[in-house]
Amino acid sequence: MFGLLVAQNIAFYVIAALIVFGALRVVTCKNLVHAALWLVLVLAGVAGQYILLAAEFVAVTQVLVYLGAIVVLFLFGIMLTRAKTGHDLELDNPTPAKVGAGVIGVLLLGVMGYALWDAWRGQELGDIVVQRTAEVSDSLFSTYLLPFEVISVLLLAALIGAIVLARRD
Amino acid sequence: MLGGDPLLSGDIDLAVVLIVLLKVVVVFALLLVATMFMIWWERKIIGDLQNRIGPNTAGPFGLFQTFADGVKFFFKEDLLPDRAQRRVFILAPLLTVVPAFLLFCIVPFGGDFANGANGTVELFGHETYLQLADPPVGILFALAMSSVAVYGVMLAGWSSGSKYPLLGSVRASAQMVSYEAALGLSVCAVVLTTGTLSTHGMVVHQAGDGWGSFIPNWNLLAAGIVPFVVFLIASQAELNRPPFDLVEAEQELVGGYHTEYSSIRFALFFVAEFMNSVTMGAIIVTLFLGGPAGPAPWGPGWLWGVGWFLLKLLVFLFVFVWIRGTLPRVRYDQLMDLGWKVLIPISLGWLLVLATFHVARDQHWNGVVVALVGAAIGLTFFGLLRFAIATSKARRLEGVVD
Repeated sequence: MFGLLVAQNIAFYVIAALIVFGALRVVTCKNLVHAALWLVLVLAGVAGQYILLAAEFVAVTQVLVYLGAIVVLFLFGIMLTRAKTGHDLELDNPTPAKVGAGVIGVLLLGVMGYALWDAWRGQELGDIVVQRTAEVSDSLFSTYLLPFEVISVLLLAALIGAIVLARRD
Repeated sequence: MLGGDPLLSGDIDLAVVLIVLLKVVVVFALLLVATMFMIWWERKIIGDLQNRIGPNTAGPFGLFQTFADGVKFFFKEDLLPDRAQRRVFILAPLLTVVPAFLLFCIVPFGGDFANGANGTVELFGHETYLQLADPPVGILFALAMSSVAVYGVMLAGWSSGSKYPLLGSVRASAQMVSYEAALGLSVCAVVLTTGTLSTHGMVVHQAGDGWGSFIPNWNLLAAGIVPFVVFLIASQAELNRPPFDLVEAEQELVGGYHTEYSSIRFALFFVAEFMNSVTMGAIIVTLFLGGPAGPAPWGPGWLWGVGWFLLKLLVFLFVFVWIRGTLPRVRYDQLMDLGWKVLIPISLGWLLVLATFHVARDQHWNGVVVALVGAAIGLTFFGLLRFAIATSKARRLEGVVD
């Protein structure tokens, strides 16, 4: 068990370093498509972390939804609108926007870090148990039914909003 | 962690690691050989269908044609276009090939499933399944890999820095993303019927006897024929095979997303395409036709399993080529209409019907009432959908909406 934990820790830090590096490249990279590709690395790394935590279903869903659908749609949008062949896609924000984004990023990190630290203070997690998909779906459709449905309404609203914005009749 | 395989449930020693490595090598080699012969098979059968001879020079019946082509590709000049995004251009073929390999590792390709056996095989004193990995999320992994495969196509077209590949890749990715929904929904129907996501679990579930104890308990019958047909059509679109091969429509796009590729990089795309055909056939066999499950009258059961699997797979590989040789290519709007307005509503509706029947069986509802109410609701939604489509079409013709 101990040997497994050491290996798990090493893998965690390697993947975490990759994720952080990728995330930095997403915001510093000036080519839009390259930024999206670095985002793929970040999201794939997150999926890897889920696997390390024995949450296979969440990991596969992460790959299906984020890598397989969302970033593909990003790339799709970029290709349809901006990717004129032969032009480099340069984009950059003015300095005030960069400073603002940096401040917001640090604030978010602080708040979320504190929330996590506060919630799990002094708690020890037991052995990692593989979470079965049936358990995930059971709790999703009983305990968390209302949030689940609310989120789907939110997505519907976003969908309608996108259609309204895109259609200029 | 790696699921139901009894090999990994006990202590993991060197022998177990070696067995896993052996399985990796065998599956890798089998997939490569199968792909080579798939290319030969496709060319030969399409030749027969078109009243030609097909490859017949290299080796007996032209069997080594693919091998010769592969060697030729290796020795060709590897061109890198001036305007290409170098790194992405080099990365793209790899992003296509790797998911194609990974997809096959969840396919059970053998094992003894006859007479209630659960498919384990004794290998060097350890019990194991004849499949590389049996993760609890099984079939979701396959869907995830096939959605990751979009990247290779997309980035290949974009990084080439030329307009026809870009158009080809935009078409390809739109098509693959659209048909993934129908593919996923028909898989949902199978998961609902078998009650498991694991591919091995699906085969075990289908291994028993069905009605009259001579008709097999295949999902093709248990889940209805609709998910199977939807899956078959959607898989052809997902594979970019004819009649959905607009991705590489030569008349319109020169060659498609891989126009600028040459030498071994082009070969990688080519190999991945045929490899995906083989794997998709294997996944259809697993999902709907009971995979390696089948009777084993005499001799070792696991060998019968492999035999049944290969036989079923061969039937599908023939059907794939047959479809290709028979149907003309669809237009792009027909493709999108078929995906969004036919396949997705049908598979979604069928999923609801299946779910209703499962609930009705559990709650002991009156079957006739359930069927009547279900039919009424189904007809209402079908009418509403037809009405919506007709309205949008009429509006488009009027020029209200462009």
